[in-house]
Amino acid sequence: MTTKVKEEIDFSDAAGSDDLTPVREMVQACIQCGTCTGSCPNEFAMDVTPRRLWRLVLTGQREEIFQSQTFTLCSACYYCTLRCPRGLPLTEAMGALKQLAAREGLTRHRQSILFYKSFLESVRRHGRVREMEFMTLYFNAMKNPLLPLRFAALGVKLMLKGKVPLQIPSKGGGALAALFRQAAELEEVP
Amino acid sequence: MKYLYYPGCSLEGSAREYDRSTRVFLTAAGAELTEIEGWTCCGASAAEATSRNLALALPARNLALAEKMGGTKEILVPCSACYLNLKAVEEKVKRDAALLDRINDILAAEGLHFAGRVRVRHLLEVIVRDIGPDLISKKTTRSLAGLSIAPYYGCQCLRPYAIFDDPEAPQSMAPIIEASGAAVHHWDMGGKCCGAAHMNTKMAVGMELVRSILSRARGADAVVTVCPMCQMNLEAYQDKISKLSGENLTVTVLYLPQLLGLALGLSEQEVGLDLNLAVTAGFKEKLRESMDTAA
Repeated sequence: MTTKVKEEIDFSDAAGSDDLTPVREMVQACIQCGTCTGSCPNEFAMDVTPRRLWRLVLTGQREEIFQSQTFTLCSACYYCTLRCPRGLPLTEAMGALKQLAAREGLTRHRQSILFYKSFLESVRRHGRVREMEFMTLYFNAMKNPLLPLRFAALGVKLMLKGKVPLQIPSKGGGALAALFRQAAELEEVP
Repeated sequence: MKYLYYPGCSLEGSAREYDRSTRVFLTAAGAELTEIEGWTCCGASAAEATSRNLALALPARNLALAEKMGGTKEILVPCSACYLNLKAVEEKVKRDAALLDRINDILAAEGLHFAGRVRVRHLLEVIVRDIGPDLISKKTTRSLAGLSIAPYYGCQCLRPYAIFDDPEAPQSMAPIIEASGAAVHHWDMGGKCCGAAHMNTKMAVGMELVRSILSRARGADAVVTVCPMCQMNLEAYQDKISKLSGENLTVTVLYLPQLLGLALGLSEQEVGLDLNLAVTAGFKEKLRESMDTAA
């Protein structure tokens, strides 16, 4: 499982700046009206507002974009996409930034990246996610002994109700291994 | 009313009462479900956050499998996140032939091909449009009169695709709830966000979003949901949030087909009421009272 994260963000990587091109194209017509910011349920917790984030994308301020937590705080409610007067796919643009952070394995966004990668690893192995296995993979990857405690009470409740069987992570047959491989290979093709 | 059925992973695990109640309620309402053979994960919010290709291929794989099945091409999906992932592929390939090619290049790894000939439908749309309040009212044998129900839609069955309801001010559930004999708890939180996976990765933010929803549910006997993630967020952290905010925010949270199943005369066990995490003793008492009155 590829859960390695980089220790530091390398902003000197000139090739990296091209990564933003598809995101920039999505928000090219932004008029900085702030409807997205005003519509976002998570804005109260963001260090950079969505409106400002799009400005940073348009001006290629890579460092500020990936230092901020803004895109990881997008919960995909689609209010901004629905209301944007320019009809821009803003939720998708947030997703594209999440994908870039995941691809580079940025330490700052380690928790979200490992959470989603653990989920997909369980899917790759078995085709369908096994909730208990997925959370075990996530806890192991995070290496924080206190983290499972936050979910212990809920986990026990779910087990007592017979909703999640106690499963030891197993490699399985790699049910979707071929699909995952093909998706990764073609990821390089624009 | 015949549908291909895509349950999604949660409905085999933490949301199995959603699966159970969806099946028994739809059967009681006269609908017929055929599960898609060999279905796999839709990618949830994980694929979108890591790989564009997986975010397309994982849902498309299931649409391709659905196309291979005979009969109806209508796919019924109870989970809003699964629904949107599948729907987005259906909608996007209609306008983008190159995207369809890209998807098929990935699916080729499994010898699958997607032609774009399916119609993805959320369970709520099917309940509202195909079944409708009249049929529910006619089939209601145990009126839920005396109960006040807060309809919670969440985000992804409403937005970005406005297929069956107003994405800003949803109201499709109201006539359905009324058809069961219950009253609608009027609030403006029906289409607000529960925080999705924030409860796992950004807990403080998730708790604040859920707190604001639960605090507006006060006065309702129950909140009904149409998504396993909304359900889990609203039901599983009530004690913690109540303690943190210093107010009692405990409220019963049910899946819509559980509520409707009860109205149609199905037992608490048949709709899986014992599996929910937040069903108050007060709610159960009131439910039994309303049923006794009706009987």
